[in-house]
Amino acid sequence: MRQVALTVNGMRHELELEPRELLVYVLRDRLKLTGTNVGCDTSSCGACTVLVDGESVKSCTVLGVQADGAEITTIEGLAANGSLHPVQQAFHDHHALQCGYCTPGMVMAAVSLIEHGEATSEAAIREGLEGNLCRCTGYHNIVAAVQDAAGAMGRAR
Amino acid sequence: MEVFRPSTLDEALRLRAEHPQARPIQGGTDVMVELTFGDARPEALLDLSELAELRGFAEEDGLLRLGAGLTYTEAMQTPLASRLPALAEASRTVGSPQIRNRGTIGGNLGTASPAGDALPPLLAERAEVELASARGTRTMPLAEFLLGVKRTALAPGELVTAVRVRPCEGPQTFAKVGQRNAMVIAICSLAVVVDAEAGEVRAAFGSSAVTARCVVVPLAEAAELPERVVEAASPIDDVRATAAYRRHALRVLAARTLERCLRT
Repeated sequence: MRQVALTVNGMRHELELEPRELLVYVLRDRLKLTGTNVGCDTSSCGACTVLVDGESVKSCTVLGVQADGAEITTIEGLAANGSLHPVQQAFHDHHALQCGYCTPGMVMAAVSLIEHGEATSEAAIREGLEGNLCRCTGYHNIVAAVQDAAGAMGRAR
Repeated sequence: MEVFRPSTLDEALRLRAEHPQARPIQGGTDVMVELTFGDARPEALLDLSELAELRGFAEEDGLLRLGAGLTYTEAMQTPLASRLPALAEASRTVGSPQIRNRGTIGGNLGTASPAGDALPPLLAERAEVELASARGTRTMPLAEFLLGVKRTALAPGELVTAVRVRPCEGPQTFAKVGQRNAMVIAICSLAVVVDAEAGEVRAAFGSSAVTARCVVVPLAEAAELPERVVEAASPIDDVRATAAYRRHALRVLAARTLERCLRT
């Protein structure tokens, strides 16, 4: 077992982890943050996307022990003071989901894209979300939502 | 499974010598997938992601030293992207943003897949690999480091610590064919470097032989390049494409990238 300290959504957690535990299962099973989904287990689908020190990563292929000392943001950490994050709000407004399974990862990938100033056009958004699969194939509304959110976050700055 | 997490290179090299069965890992974009699929069952991992010595890049007298921990995302950014544009282009085609944030140049070399996207641009730039062990440091040409499918010249106790490259003057570019844009292993890939000083054009290709391979033709005979690339390739039929398709695609990629470089 290994002592690991993670800051998740602003809250510090000290955990004893098996070295082989994946970050996504640390979040889901240990911290009960089940918003982050596991789709493929092999980094193909992006459902497990979270931010580690501000960068989007696929948490199914990161060991929990590798995240020692890191700041992690999951889908649960986006809404503040009871109001949705602009990306969540835009997904709601545009009905940018069907079954919803890919949504947490899609939202986290979109947040990273916008925060890095890379959601500059429809083409850039499509390219920036290419690591996230929506098997309902609802990409059209997702892209519209991200464009909208990028505008809203730009105006808020 | 044990996971060693050294915080200095010296500690990493000591652990490497003491635990030869420990599999080196950086961002884990290759190793973790192997573990999850059950294709690899290492007794231990040697996580190199905390080593400051492997991060970023430095330049001295025109020689670039890319740390083994340099991520694809970092390779895509200026000023590195303007020194090694083909590597930056190749990095942009790797996986997806999440993979590019984790995956590293050193990891690509350590895995030594014939499909490694960083390998053709580095081969075409005649890059050298820096290898360290408790015994010391040595360098060797990347072309000699790559021995076969996922086989390298890494000696016991050694770790890949950096890639050294002296970017040549002249245009260069990279192209690849895959089943979709993101998250796929290349069906074939190719980097072209026009080395005006040496008076030659070098093309290195991936996914069409047991290792990524480099072909050199004199600048005056640049038109021969596509044919020379196809002659040097020995592709196979696999789940992604047939050998015949790969030969065809290599010829197209060589002609297209060459045109991009020479048309100005």
